Amino acid sequence: MGKTMTEKIFSEHIGKDVKAGEIIVSRVDVAMVQDGTGPLTIKEFYNMGFKDVKVEKALLFIDHASPSPRKELSNSQNLMREFSKNTSAYLHDVGEGICHQILVEKYVKPGDVVVGADSHTCTSGALGAFATGMGSTDVAIAFGLGKIWFRVPETIKIIVNGQLNDGVYPKDIILEIMRIIKSDGATYKALEFAGDCIEKMSQDDRFTLCNMAVEAGAKTGMIPADEITKEFLESNNRGKDFRKIYSDPDASYETVLEIDASKLEPLVSMPHQVDNVKTISELEKENIKINQVFIGTCTNGRFNDLEVALRILEKNGKNPDVRLIISPASKDVFQKALKEGIIEKFVELGAVVIPPGCGPCVGIHQGVLGDGERVLSTQNRNFKGRMGNPEAEIFLASPATAAATAVTGKITDPRRFL
Amino acid sequence: MIKGRVWKFGDDISTDLIAPGRYFHLRNDLVKLAEHVLEDAMEDFAKKVQKGDIIVAGKNFGLGSSREHAPRIIKLAGVSCVIARSFARIFYRNAINIGLPLVVLEEVNEIEQGDELSIDLENGTVENITRGRIYKFEPIPDFMMKILREDGITNYIKKYGDFPEVAD
Repeated sequence: MGKTMTEKIFSEHIGKDVKAGEIIVSRVDVAMVQDGTGPLTIKEFYNMGFKDVKVEKALLFIDHASPSPRKELSNSQNLMREFSKNTSAYLHDVGEGICHQILVEKYVKPGDVVVGADSHTCTSGALGAFATGMGSTDVAIAFGLGKIWFRVPETIKIIVNGQLNDGVYPKDIILEIMRIIKSDGATYKALEFAGDCIEKMSQDDRFTLCNMAVEAGAKTGMIPADEITKEFLESNNRGKDFRKIYSDPDASYETVLEIDASKLEPLVSMPHQVDNVKTISELEKENIKINQVFIGTCTNGRFNDLEVALRILEKNGKNPDVRLIISPASKDVFQKALKEGIIEKFVELGAVVIPPGCGPCVGIHQGVLGDGERVLSTQNRNFKGRMGNPEAEIFLASPATAAATAVTGKITDPRRFL
Repeated sequence: MIKGRVWKFGDDISTDLIAPGRYFHLRNDLVKLAEHVLEDAMEDFAKKVQKGDIIVAGKNFGLGSSREHAPRIIKLAGVSCVIARSFARIFYRNAINIGLPLVVLEEVNEIEQGDELSIDLENGTVENITRGRIYKFEPIPDFMMKILREDGITNYIKKYGDFPEVAD
């Protein structure tokens, strides 16, 4: 019997064959925390008596409240700065961007084991790595011992064949998967995306799929590392980090789900749960007024996302009643968007461009909603209170649907503006 | 043996409901953060909950963010155990890591708000004292039980320095 990507990566790491279901202790290649989870990691790290980090790439990111809107957060961020001076952990400070984006741009290699004190750590799985979110204390152990325990997960294979129609995007694919398997449909499992649609998909779009694996309860989302992965790494001056990673053809999957991409239409996730998904044609009839549109995050804040959104907004203008907030996912994305004139055009359109980081997605700052207000966001989560106000409603969609909605002020099918 | 009174919650209680993002600035002051535990799911829960009380919920308890603060403030509020039909993965791991026992039980619908329960983690039984029913559940795996007995993984690592029972 062959191995899944997960079984291959863990077998390599511990030097013997492992199968799904086993509990193992594996070396980790990359371990990271962010400013919401890092201060607790540091406290527990010292509590356990550790002095220095034993992971080759131990990383700290200040991206959640970035720059800090409150003194309490400023003080806890200083704990992270101090930790990076006293250990060999490296800090990415305010303005550098979202941890998951920087991880894929600069650090994660195909075949790596990555743990992060952030649930969307699964994003890096799109590079053919095993990447998963854990709590602060687990990552403190990973920092201190260079290893941590795992239960090797079973894999659910999701085969996406066919070509997406114009106006339909990878975000719609993952929302369709959420609609089908629901918020606990993949609990404890790894998702592996395959099929001709995925094989042709750009690396940036692949990150959108893997980013949201955790919304189905999955431990990680993975995509084989192939020529597209290689080109992505090369474009980030990391061509030497490439190697092929894929599941054996006779690997054992728990279940296989098939999706025909050509049959999809734009989808929207409704408040207050990600798996509460409706089609844009159903929703347009409801005339749902939107007060704020947010384009950014680790899900959809990459260059191609900004480009797609601008294309629609440039031709049609922004509705004056909509507050449009744009956040590039990283400094690299920001600089590229600046060079290409995209940021200037967004500003001309009346958008507010905020620094690379998590922005309003985590409910701390930079766009908290009023009571009874609605936001359409390109982020991954819409739980009650997520964006700082439990009396507000959050809708999730692709950057194209977000842009179309910013044009009209109500939830709108982007195919009207093709 | 854990004994306590039940607080009943529904399905899909997210970590955003348990530890809302608008109190992000209190994450370094868990006692203050615990004053807001679950407030978006049940008003005044933090004020009403008594030491030893038990949370009983539906499916997928703790979905969402990896914030370990969520199980920590449930424990700090005095809750002795969370019973649910299922748990989200990161929450389950975090709860064991900080010494908050969890029970996966199919029959949560037969338990009501205010019922008195008695839970035997080692043998895998929940007794509903109010209704005179006993339920069996799959006991927590040995390795995690060992972490719980140390009141969390920090003490476990302090004691063993590593994971002695799991082969490298």
